[in-house]
Amino acid sequence: MNGTSSADAATAAAPSPWEDLVTTALLGTDRRPAAYGGSGREAPLALLDEAAMATVRRRAGLRPARAARRPEPAPEDPRPALPGAAARRLATLLADRSAGSGSGRRGSSPDLMELLPQWLATANARGYAAPPQALPALLDAARGRTDLRPAALAFAGPRALWLARLNADWRFALRAAPGGGARLPDLGDTEAVRRLWREGLFAERVALLGALRAGTPARARELLASTWAAERAEDRLMFLDSLRAGLSAADEPFLERALDDRGRTVRATAAELLSALPASALAARMAVRAAACVALDRTRSAPGIVIEPPLECDSGMERDGVVAIPPAGRGERSWWLGQLVESAPLGSWPGRLGGRTAQEIVALPVSDGWQGELHAAWCRAAVRQRDAAWSRALLGSPSAPEAGGPGAVSLAERAKLLAALDSAERAGWVAGFIATHGLSEAFQLLGVCAVPWAAPLGRAVVDALNIARDAGSYPWSFSGVMGLAERCLDPAETVRLEGLLAIPDEPDDAAPGAGGYWAEAFQRLMTTLRLRAQMAEELAPPHGGPPAQPPEAAA
Amino acid sequence: MTEQGVRWSAEQVLSLAPDAASRTAGGKLGTAGPWSEAGSGEGTVWGLCKGSGSRPYQTVADLADPAGPAYKCSCPSRKFPCKHALGLLLLWAGDDGSVPASAEPPEWAEQWLAGRRKRAETDQPRAEESSQAATADPEAARRRAERRAERVTAGATELEQRLADLLRGGLAAAGQAGYGLWDETAARMVDAQAPGLASRTRELGAIPASGAGWPARLLEECALLHLLDQGWLRRDRLPDALAATVRSRLGLPATADGAPVRDHWLVLAQYDSVDPKLTTRRIWLHGAASGGTRLLLSYGAAGRAPELTLPVGLALDAELSAYPGAGQPRSALGERFAPPAPATFRPPGTTTAEAVARYGEALRADPWLESVPVTLDRVVPVPDGDLWQLADADADCALPLTRAARSRPGLWRLVALSGGAPVTVFGECGHRGFTPLTAWPQHTDEAIPLC
Repeated sequence: MNGTSSADAATAAAPSPWEDLVTTALLGTDRRPAAYGGSGREAPLALLDEAAMATVRRRAGLRPARAARRPEPAPEDPRPALPGAAARRLATLLADRSAGSGSGRRGSSPDLMELLPQWLATANARGYAAPPQALPALLDAARGRTDLRPAALAFAGPRALWLARLNADWRFALRAAPGGGARLPDLGDTEAVRRLWREGLFAERVALLGALRAGTPARARELLASTWAAERAEDRLMFLDSLRAGLSAADEPFLERALDDRGRTVRATAAELLSALPASALAARMAVRAAACVALDRTRSAPGIVIEPPLECDSGMERDGVVAIPPAGRGERSWWLGQLVESAPLGSWPGRLGGRTAQEIVALPVSDGWQGELHAAWCRAAVRQRDAAWSRALLGSPSAPEAGGPGAVSLAERAKLLAALDSAERAGWVAGFIATHGLSEAFQLLGVCAVPWAAPLGRAVVDALNIARDAGSYPWSFSGVMGLAERCLDPAETVRLEGLLAIPDEPDDAAPGAGGYWAEAFQRLMTTLRLRAQMAEELAPPHGGPPAQPPEAAA
Repeated sequence: MTEQGVRWSAEQVLSLAPDAASRTAGGKLGTAGPWSEAGSGEGTVWGLCKGSGSRPYQTVADLADPAGPAYKCSCPSRKFPCKHALGLLLLWAGDDGSVPASAEPPEWAEQWLAGRRKRAETDQPRAEESSQAATADPEAARRRAERRAERVTAGATELEQRLADLLRGGLAAAGQAGYGLWDETAARMVDAQAPGLASRTRELGAIPASGAGWPARLLEECALLHLLDQGWLRRDRLPDALAATVRSRLGLPATADGAPVRDHWLVLAQYDSVDPKLTTRRIWLHGAASGGTRLLLSYGAAGRAPELTLPVGLALDAELSAYPGAGQPRSALGERFAPPAPATFRPPGTTTAEAVARYGEALRADPWLESVPVTLDRVVPVPDGDLWQLADADADCALPLTRAARSRPGLWRLVALSGGAPVTVFGECGHRGFTPLTAWPQHTDEAIPLC
């Protein structure tokens, strides 16, 4: 439509009567007396008469504009539509994003934004399509919180990428999508894959490599090897890093060659990857070096370990990724020792130390104060090699008195070790830890437990919260654990919370008013659990599975 | 109608919220957690909500009242509805069994409901009495109207003088003068009891800062203001309908004395425009049988939500009476015969060419008209550089979106909903372009509000 403000193309040549009116109005009728006095009225009023007529005439004669080039239609989303109740729930969760959270105390109502990740995970697992009208809010939420992006974009589906191409605010979605939003070629089409690998932008190539690696790891490695020498050092590092996924013994020859790379960081990464393959030649070399430093002490009656750290860092060690110069404040021999032990396969130790199991080895005394250094290196090795037996041994018993204190193994390392155990064992260990040491150190450990928490773990957390309340402290001392509990506790535990909702009588030594705050915090916990149960139910697939076709297609 | 049939959707409930904070707070309470003894029956919903105190709040909502939803809550909030009422209604809308349909409300709820029903019965005759009282002294009313007309005439004459001075000196000079000049003139028009002239005058002040092409826009608006002045000064020579239009444009009081039209009115759109003193709510209704599109206005004092709330997508069986004036869509809501219920139809649509033609046609009856309500069928939102337009799916024509519509989040909801495919869009079509207000995607009759 030709709006009143935009000049008619036809009038570009000669000033139209309307433009003449505007010019006169702009300058004033005193300065530009014109032929508007004909009606016998004052010039300004005659001008306004004319202008009014022209305005209404122009508005009444408006025509539609020519249509601009239409965008390509968005690709079809084959997933079934979200059930109505779940769609409304999503709208509420997304609406909470903009408001709230600024105020300090949270009261007894649930923190909806914190439930969004869970909702998205469930919706994705069930394979529902996002309602189109929710996409803008979903993209805005993903824009503000990078941790939400993968799940939010997966749920938002192809239409969101289509939408993101139209709005600069949502460019991140294109970057996050494989191939920068451009479609990757069919991975079976060797020629197209090779062409993209040769000619693509860096991000596209990384995406291609990642996609290939997910399905056919060997093809990805061969593709990378074909151009390896010609790549820039920082690109080589990134490409090498993408081999971390799907790493196997077949990658060893390639990685072994990369140990002679020009780039120091590339060499280090190759060495790190190789040491995660216990059967690799590098691991074997490391085992020999490490074994030379760690031995059974046969001079004493009780068995123990004696350490003789390496005297020098030779070129062979450096080639295998050992960093020669220690960080400030560390002795170089202990620094080298740590790197050797960390890269040596854990499976080599029982043979070296008298056929003992991991458990027994960890229990051996270590001479001359080397225990900390040695155990820390074993921890790193157990994490890198994902060795459950060694992780279990190094974690020790959760109820051991030193487990709660600043022992040889830090909480961060424990959390990593726990990741090597299966989820039930992990939950059991953390439950045991909480039962003995309370909640003050448990936050990091709870973070690695599978959601929803297994029953013993949930019970341990609730009991510990109950104990903390009875001890008279304020609930916000435990706000981190409380927040985790709201998100991770199994909704089936709601029953066990009923008894905690009452405001207890305050003991004399308790913090004033704490009882009321605790009741409120438990109320919020319970409301959130109920809400989560309801959310899961709303997302449950309809009886007889999801419909093969969207219902409207049948109508 | 079954109990199931009248359950509202969560959007419809949330649109009752007086402000964004209440929406959020209500949304959080829309879970089974804090509620107990909740129930519903015959269009009323009740429940006990556990708050921070020891006694739970008693919350009741009455949606069955044809005069509009009513709420009662024992909480101290001054908002209507409060977050508890919203939460309760959300819970009810969620329909997950936590608000069972039970026949008997508890005593505390029953008391209030019974009181309301009784008052509603006694209100009816009283309303009639009071309207009689207003016209009891026709002589005094006539004198009052005459006095006001004199003041408006004085105001219009003064405004004509000021416009003449302005054009004599040139708009360029006025562009530098800023808002002060216009605000002062607007204040004079308020004194002259011509609010229509006052608001138009005040809006002139913003035009010089509105970017390229402002002189043309300022001249247009000055000319239309001049036209309105002239219309008032010569109203005795105008046809009755046009004279009524002039009166309504000036903001003079009028009563909706048109013949009541009973119909199934589909709520097309509801949106508020907020200024520091007044919140104005506009509700567009489409008559299923009459085919007409009518406008309801409702006002709220600063910071309070207007009383009338009709969620988009519901249809109500009610009577509307038109306000006087040619080409005026404004109506008053008369008797409601049933509570609003979800509608399963959409208004019939038209093409973009027909939409602008309708606007041109409507200008004959009301030259001051900014836009007309139109439903466009089968249009696609299309980016056009920095602008957006709605293009016909089957023709090479398009309507640009207004500047206001481009900056609203609703634009992106519309684009997402379409995904490049044709949709039905209701909105306002005028000389500035098209403002989309509600959309219906291809395959469902679910209305998606865009404003």
